[in-house]
Amino acid sequence: MSTESSYYVPEQSKLPIITAAGMGLIAYGAATWVLGGTNMIFLVGMLIMAAVMYKWWSTVIDENMRGLASHQLKHSYVLGMLWFIFSEVMFFAAFFGALFYVRVIVNSWLGGEAAFGMFDNTPTDAAVANNALLWPGYETQWPVMVTPDQAANGAAAQFSGPEQSMSFPGWDRLLQWLPLWNTLVLLTSSFTVHIAHTGLKNHDRKKFVTWLGITVALGVIFLILQAEEYIEAYQHMGLTLESGIYGTTFFMLTGFHGAHVTLGTVMLLIAFLRSLKGHFTHDDQFGFEAAAWYWHFVDVVWVGLFIFVYVLA
Amino acid sequence: MSKRAKALFLSLLSLVVSLSFAGSAIAASTGRELNMPQGVTEVSQAAYDIHMIMVWVCTVIGVGVFGFMFYVMYAHRKSRGAVAENFHENLVVELLWTIVPAIILIVMAVPATTALMKVYNTENPDIDIKVTGYQWKWQYEYVGEGVKFMSELNTSSDEIYGRAPKGEHYLREVTQPLVIPAGKKVRFLITGNDVIHSWWVPDFGVKRDAVPGLFTSAWAKTDQPGIYVGECTELCGLGHAFMPVVVEVKEEAEYNEWLAGKKAEAAEYASTIGKTWTFDELMVRGEEVYTRSCASCHQADGKGIPGVFPALKGSPIALGPPEGHIGILINGVAGTSMQSFADQLSEVDIAAVVHYERNAWGNDVGDVVQPVDVLNYKQNQ
Amino acid sequence: MAHGPAKGIGRWLFTTNHKDIGTLYLWFSFAMFLLGGFFAMVIRAELFQPGMQLVKPEFFNQMTTMHGLVMVFGAIMPAFVGLANWMIPMMIGAPDMALPRMNNLSFWILPFAFAILTSTLFMDGGGPNFGWTFYAPLSTTYAPDSVNYFIFAMHIMGASSIMGSINIIATVMNMRAPGMTYMKMPLFVWTWVITAFLLVAVMPVLAGAVTMMLMDINFGTSFFNAAGGGDPVLFQHVFWFFGHPEVYIIILPAFGVVSQIIPTFSRKPLFGYSSMVYATAAIAFLSFIVWAHHMFTVGMPIAGELYFMYATMLIAVPTGVKVFNWITTMYKGSLTFETPMLFSIAFVILFTFGGFTGLMLSIAAADMQYHDTYFVVAHFHYVMVAGAVFSGTAAIYYWLPKWCGKMYNETMGQVQFWVAFVGFNIAFMPQHFLGLAGMPRRYADYGLQFADWNMVSSVGAFIYGGAQLMLLFNVVMTIRNGKPVSDPKVWEGAEGLEWTVPTPAPYHTFATPPTVK
Ligand code: HEA
Ligand code: HEA
Ligand code: HEC
Ligand code: CUA
Ligand SMILES: [Cu+2]
Repeated sequence: MSTESSYYVPEQSKLPIITAAGMGLIAYGAATWVLGGTNMIFLVGMLIMAAVMYKWWSTVIDENMRGLASHQLKHSYVLGMLWFIFSEVMFFAAFFGALFYVRVIVNSWLGGEAAFGMFDNTPTDAAVANNALLWPGYETQWPVMVTPDQAANGAAAQFSGPEQSMSFPGWDRLLQWLPLWNTLVLLTSSFTVHIAHTGLKNHDRKKFVTWLGITVALGVIFLILQAEEYIEAYQHMGLTLESGIYGTTFFMLTGFHGAHVTLGTVMLLIAFLRSLKGHFTHDDQFGFEAAAWYWHFVDVVWVGLFIFVYVLA
Repeated sequence: MSKRAKALFLSLLSLVVSLSFAGSAIAASTGRELNMPQGVTEVSQAAYDIHMIMVWVCTVIGVGVFGFMFYVMYAHRKSRGAVAENFHENLVVELLWTIVPAIILIVMAVPATTALMKVYNTENPDIDIKVTGYQWKWQYEYVGEGVKFMSELNTSSDEIYGRAPKGEHYLREVTQPLVIPAGKKVRFLITGNDVIHSWWVPDFGVKRDAVPGLFTSAWAKTDQPGIYVGECTELCGLGHAFMPVVVEVKEEAEYNEWLAGKKAEAAEYASTIGKTWTFDELMVRGEEVYTRSCASCHQADGKGIPGVFPALKGSPIALGPPEGHIGILINGVAGTSMQSFADQLSEVDIAAVVHYERNAWGNDVGDVVQPVDVLNYKQNQ
Repeated sequence: MAHGPAKGIGRWLFTTNHKDIGTLYLWFSFAMFLLGGFFAMVIRAELFQPGMQLVKPEFFNQMTTMHGLVMVFGAIMPAFVGLANWMIPMMIGAPDMALPRMNNLSFWILPFAFAILTSTLFMDGGGPNFGWTFYAPLSTTYAPDSVNYFIFAMHIMGASSIMGSINIIATVMNMRAPGMTYMKMPLFVWTWVITAFLLVAVMPVLAGAVTMMLMDINFGTSFFNAAGGGDPVLFQHVFWFFGHPEVYIIILPAFGVVSQIIPTFSRKPLFGYSSMVYATAAIAFLSFIVWAHHMFTVGMPIAGELYFMYATMLIAVPTGVKVFNWITTMYKGSLTFETPMLFSIAFVILFTFGGFTGLMLSIAAADMQYHDTYFVVAHFHYVMVAGAVFSGTAAIYYWLPKWCGKMYNETMGQVQFWVAFVGFNIAFMPQHFLGLAGMPRRYADYGLQFADWNMVSSVGAFIYGGAQLMLLFNVVMTIRNGKPVSDPKVWEGAEGLEWTVPTPAPYHTFATPPTVK
């Protein structure tokens, strides 16, 4: 509820409409590009966006430094960030939902089994027919190493499953299992960002800057490891976007997560650079906090991924 | 209009509206044109019954709610000197109008559940029929009998585009209807070949989506022979309105005769495949096949629709060696709406249509494509 | 802070003022309404008679699709965002929206998104032709190339909605005047916060759905392809997880509008304020768990069907509470029937009627007959046109005097109402009969047995279309030469903060927050 007597309403601004134009160009350009056309429109859009975002953030930071931002406005920013993160949660929910649906329900159906095995173990007529008439030879399995197409059509299949999956490789090869390292890296980074935060709150600037720096580094390490994992998948395991539903869900979930880690790392990096300039104080640190919340969110998503994409197979 | 006249007008109109609601409910319960058909199966009857229960429940609630509303609009008008009171809460009525509708719904859930159980009772069928939706026709396969055929719209495009008067069965006629026996439980296993279609026969109360790559199932059992017409009810592209479902229910004996005839037909056809056809015979037959199966996409003039369906007039494939052309018909083009016709057209028809395309619209290749060529192609694959 | 609007076109392009942005939203949505309505007119003209007369089937499908998309995303949603922009700050005593620049961004994305979307109609292969529900694989493997433009247009449109909603949530949570507790907020504000929650929750899911399409089309994934282990029906689950809440996103703000107008012209406070709030929240909650009632025919196991049927039926309870509350608000009031009130009353009647058919649709066994027929089309036009559009029209007549300080001409308003009311019912009542008699939706052509009712429906649609042109005329006439009003209250029975500021509302209201007792 409003407690202060005035709220900062910015003057007219050219930024929003330029941003909108940038987004329009990106959308139009991306479509042209995937259709095999020029990627110039897309790139121009991206450039505009980058420039305008830079300008926009600096304006906001500048307003903050000039003391225009009241507590109330800052609270608006906080709410904005929190609800933005919530919307991201829902975006991931769509992909996790898709994963559960194909794993639990579709997979059983295609293999001729009951979809809700926990309630009733008799498959429906339709499920039996799926296996008998459409995809003979397909067996319910996760990860899907042999796609229904492959089971039914052999070499003529358009979709063939991977040669190897990313799941838990057995205790003896535990240490070569990248996802485990990735998990450790990310969990640690959530922890280090928290330490940085406590440093800031306790007026310990050095602690803040150091641990924030470490966090950024961990984010970068994570991304490198993930790139490593993808290269491995494409070059040695036959696991690609095209290798059926397992490849599809694997790359889409980890890929979007990776994109979010990238964004989070950039946000933390900006916070880091600002912290070097002495921008944050113990009671004014929204820019950093927003990045930190985002980082924790990315971390939680990873835990979900680790469990449902890698471990439970 | 004076205030009073306006108010009168308003209440009169409201009355008309509420009466017309009740009226349409009553009309719905009598006129066949206006209402859901009762149909000829247990399932369609169950759907009809629950539908009527709902119509009446809603009508009664509606008349009550709107009746009260119109009374208020009449009695508490400012122009009649009404002075507003100031109450704005009453726990008792608020609870009542939460609980009473909830109870009504719970009661209605009972018949709704039993009706659904009937719909889902697909067990122990006497006959299995596989129904496959294609862009824009149906294929019926009598599982285990070796009989299958396509069922396509039989209304000419002249009728559709107003160049000829529309016949009595406009858009309700097909080349070959599905035939099923009376008194037997028939289970339909429904799937799609390309996009999602939906197989609907209102008189059976059967509507199931034809999802490519997965089956759905439904069933029908009726004692009433006759012809039942339905539609494709899932948007499936430009021919969505042009792929009716026609089912003929025959007495069992007649059905058996029909089925035997179908089997014989298939056997006979196999023996004539070696015949050599003349150029003109093939052109005539080819044009028929083309109009029926290809023109919806590639258009009657062979020019296609730019950006969606390629032109065959002047197409390098049509002008090139016949094998390439036959190959496209047999295998389709994966990932496009150019489906495989190997299952839909006989060797003769494939040969004829390829021949036609190579020699129509100024594609003057001049050679003759024989059914054996098609057979050879298939065997060499 | 500047005290008046800037001069020239820059005022509109660069504005951060909630009233300006509200105005932009409203005009934009009206333009889209005319465009979507024009598409509907093409549909109705083609269906006037059996046979193909005006357009080819492939174009017909594009018209149906674009009509649905433009109406839902371009006309109705922005219209209510426009109302929210104008009214929420005034209703809760805030100087502006919480994040004014982002507010402008949310708006300006829309013209770009819809420019991209409409431009697809002129591309090779045509625009989206797979229905506004864009079911895979018709919208993936079998779609025209322009589907990629459609996908990215949806992405940025979604971004616009999410930002708009976050702004509304932040405004309501953070900007209320002292004393304006949650349970004192006008119902319009309440319905909008809840709508905004719904939007933030489901627009990302829509983004997910179109992203999966994009991947399936261009990058070889198999989300919606059973051959690779996916399932076309997965698309429908994801889509309707967004799509069902979406229809309540459309109707909840409409509920809010009506809950403001009925008390005003009954001269009596809203009956059951708190139960209205709880009912809205209950509807919003339920809307997340009923999505598969759009999919009763896809072959779900019976357990799933039963669950979704029961859950859907439940929505009638909180919705009923709202209907009863509105009527009881009128009960023992002192009623007058100005145009906004007429539209609101028609809303209550026709929406309830549409709700009844919705309840019928929720009965799975019967829906096997109704599904994808004109019965469904009739249902949703009753709730969306007689629901959302009628309440939007009511809102315009109700608040226009406040916005521009001019009174509309009552006679013209009433004439417009009756033309709309009669035209609407002639257009859509017969569609119930068509559907029951077996006419599927999205049909470019139909059998002769459906000819009569289709003709009636088309005539009604043209009348109703005419009523929209009258609305446009009325609004323009009011702005140009309506009778000036200066009474802050405008309406005798109006209550609330927005009616305490001068008429027309000054460019900046509440530079210092008012205190609410
Ligand atoms: C504004 C939008 C809106 C609203 C509010 C609703 C409201 C409801 N809708 Fe509707 N619906 C749509 C928009 C909307 N719908 C659209 C766009 C589609 C089609 C999408 C597409 O396929 O393109 C659709 C389709 C649709 C279907 C799928 C049909 C099919 O495709 O086969 C179903 C099925 O259950 C359904 C049900 C309901 C129900 C139960 C309600 C309930 O909320 C209604 C509740 C209201 C009442 C019941 C009336 C008031 C209550 C009382 C007076 C209390 C007492 C009453 C009783 C106890 C009976 N709707
Ligand atoms: C809130 C959303 C909304 C609104 C307001 C409307 C408004 C109207 N709609 Fe609807 N409609 C949908 C949402 C909406 N619709 C959706 C979601 C679908 C499903 C799409 C799909 O299947 O994918 C649909 C589908 C749909 C169909 C079924 C199409 C099919 O299945 O093939 C029809 C057919 O009659 C129809 C008609 C109309 C009419 C006549 C109006 C009228 O109310 C429109 C009135 C407005 C105007 C007419 C504009 C003003 C006038 C002019 C621009 C000047 C020109 C006027 C004249 C020449 C008279 N709509
Ligand atoms: C549902 C729509 C549809 C139908 C019906 C259809 N086609 Fe096609 N056809 C296509 C599409 C789409 C392509 C383009 C495929 C591609 O992208 O290569 C195509 C391509 C072709 C080609 C290759 C042309 C070229 O130049 O690439 C030939 C030959 C052809 N079709 C013949 C036929 C014949 C013969 C029939 C009928 C028996 C038929 N088609 C029915 C949609 C259809
Ligand atoms: Cu097939 Cu519609
Ligand atoms: Cu719904």
